Amino acid sequence: MNGAEAIVKCLKSEGVEIVFGYSGVAIDPFWNALKDSGIKGVLVRTEQNAGHAASGYARVSEKVGVCAVTSGPGATNLLTGIATAYADSIPLVCITGQVETSQIGSDVFQEADVIGAAESFVKYSFLVKDVRDLPRVFHEAFYIAGSGRKGPVLIDVPQDVQEASIRDFTYPESDPALRTYKPTVRGHIVQIRKVAKELEKAKRPLVCCGGGIHLSGAGEEFRAFVEKFRLPVVWTMMGLGVLPTEHEMGLGMVGNNGHSNANRAMRECDLLIMMGARVADRAVADPDLTFDGKVLVHIDVDPAEIGKNVGPTIPIVGDVKHILADLLDMDIKCRPHEDWIAALYEYRSERRTLSQAAKGKSGFVDAPKFVALLSSMLKEDAVYVADVGQNQIISCLNCEIRKGRFLTSGGMGTMGYSIPAALGAKKADPERQVVAVCGDGAFQMSMMELALIHQEKLPIKIVVVKNSYLGLVREHQKKTYPGDYTMVALGDEPDLKHIAAAYGIDWFLASEMKGLKERIKKFLDSEDGALLEVRIDPMVDIK
Amino acid sequence: MKKIYSVLVENRSGVLSKVSGLFARRSFNIDSLAVGETEDSAVSCMTIVSSGDRHTIEQIEKQLNKKIDVIKIKTFEEEESVSRELMLVKVRYNKSNRKEIMEICEAMKADIVDMSENLMMIQLCDRPERTAMMIRLLSGISIVEMARTGTLALPKCRMS
Repeated sequence: MNGAEAIVKCLKSEGVEIVFGYSGVAIDPFWNALKDSGIKGVLVRTEQNAGHAASGYARVSEKVGVCAVTSGPGATNLLTGIATAYADSIPLVCITGQVETSQIGSDVFQEADVIGAAESFVKYSFLVKDVRDLPRVFHEAFYIAGSGRKGPVLIDVPQDVQEASIRDFTYPESDPALRTYKPTVRGHIVQIRKVAKELEKAKRPLVCCGGGIHLSGAGEEFRAFVEKFRLPVVWTMMGLGVLPTEHEMGLGMVGNNGHSNANRAMRECDLLIMMGARVADRAVADPDLTFDGKVLVHIDVDPAEIGKNVGPTIPIVGDVKHILADLLDMDIKCRPHEDWIAALYEYRSERRTLSQAAKGKSGFVDAPKFVALLSSMLKEDAVYVADVGQNQIISCLNCEIRKGRFLTSGGMGTMGYSIPAALGAKKADPERQVVAVCGDGAFQMSMMELALIHQEKLPIKIVVVKNSYLGLVREHQKKTYPGDYTMVALGDEPDLKHIAAAYGIDWFLASEMKGLKERIKKFLDSEDGALLEVRIDPMVDIK
Repeated sequence: MKKIYSVLVENRSGVLSKVSGLFARRSFNIDSLAVGETEDSAVSCMTIVSSGDRHTIEQIEKQLNKKIDVIKIKTFEEEESVSRELMLVKVRYNKSNRKEIMEICEAMKADIVDMSENLMMIQLCDRPERTAMMIRLLSGISIVEMARTGTLALPKCRMS
């Protein structure tokens, strides 16, 4: 057995079924070994998208996503994918080929120090110099990527290590004993009891949920918790979809791009429980928001997040799934707070979403209405992948999520995430309906994957909200440099009808509100991959 | 506020850049950094002197703790520790100042460890403020070159 075959055996031991990637000489031994292994290799059209596809796969399958690319430019192209996963704590194992061990450091063809380049946005990285280390390294990599605060782990494997023979292959069974890595799982019971006490005292309690609830698989516990104690809920962008958006206790998204009523709830509550949310700048950017006089509980699996942005009254480090289970077991007698809930309902009914401004002139599609209509027509458990830009904010504020998932690049804001991530999501669950919604800017960063969608006959539905501008930046320029737009006009091309045809993908057009529902229906009902071009007023702002 | 971080790390390649990178990314200046093996050759001890307010120091500690190659971190102030720095200074001398230099060395308990017709090398191992004092005293004399280890420190002994 050679090193490459050993890697494949490691992947099989970890239950890996699919690897997204791109080939190249330095990773070729690996792809060669993977060929008849039963693990599927998926050839994306640029390495960055291997990272995003693995991310979409990981988020829907709740497993560690795997991607593999070659050395040098292959590895550097992947960096954005790794950084994007890191910012959203998505578990990935990224394998890069490397030049031969003896040549490392001599600037040979296609050599790049990817470990050095990726250092600040990987959870951990390995350079494998001895083929005998492979089983241990892969075992540790999967463990590190998928435990604690999840994240991407990079394994750089020189070509000669992939080709070297390995005699004894034994894959470790129990969790690796790493003396420096022991993620906290259970929350401290004393702290949890304090939260119970605060719940009993609070007059205006509020829960803010983040992406950590998805990552810990605690959706059910979360729902049971807020229903049992009738706790109103707001969410961050990453926490969208933890509760169905129309849930009785759900108020909306917080943050500078959020719902006004959700931000108001944050301002007026007297007990705020942040769960699996890192209190990031975008989520608590409301200038009127203050934590003075509030009891702030912060639950996070990463101790470094607690106190980083605001000092909590009660910090709890641990996996939110366990902490919720502990809270559900306790006999907590909340003060009646129906008045507070009634007030919140009133705010919700009055809410003017920021994107209501985005209506636009007639002769175009009203984007917020479109998103609401589209999402209501999707299957109950559909995966909705939003890209970055105006389309992301309009999606967050208007789409209805029931039992499905909402995926987006929240932390890094990487344009071009939606199509490859949708691809990964579809691979994770082929039965599920998957829709990617992007602007025409992000589309042109990722449209090469239409080739893969066609080649693999993946019935992924792509919505391109076209305004021929980088809309969110244009909007920013409008405020910062009034009337002076630069580097944001995309022109009318490309003609999406021809682009779709060139890739063998069905194309649909929606350019007015009239008959919109029928058009969306036709688009969703089409058998294979399809592209819906939605024309919106280019000069409309969403804020 | 000046702080000393005593960081036990896995003795592996690349660990130094991971740790120093953390400081660099958050624009914290490292005043000094010294690395060496401990009694266990698989473990190195990094002694880092840096400054920052309470919040930044807490963040540095937490972020360092997240690094998988970091085993343990101790943070303390200079007064709570025994700290030493080793310094080598090469100075140019002549007949008129030779005696003065030797008197300074004697007063500071520094050794002359190498010498030629017009150059001498002085070694001092002492508390960081004493090495700073030595530099001040020698500043009137022409310093040719100098090397310092940076601070090494361990918390003071307490009954344990």
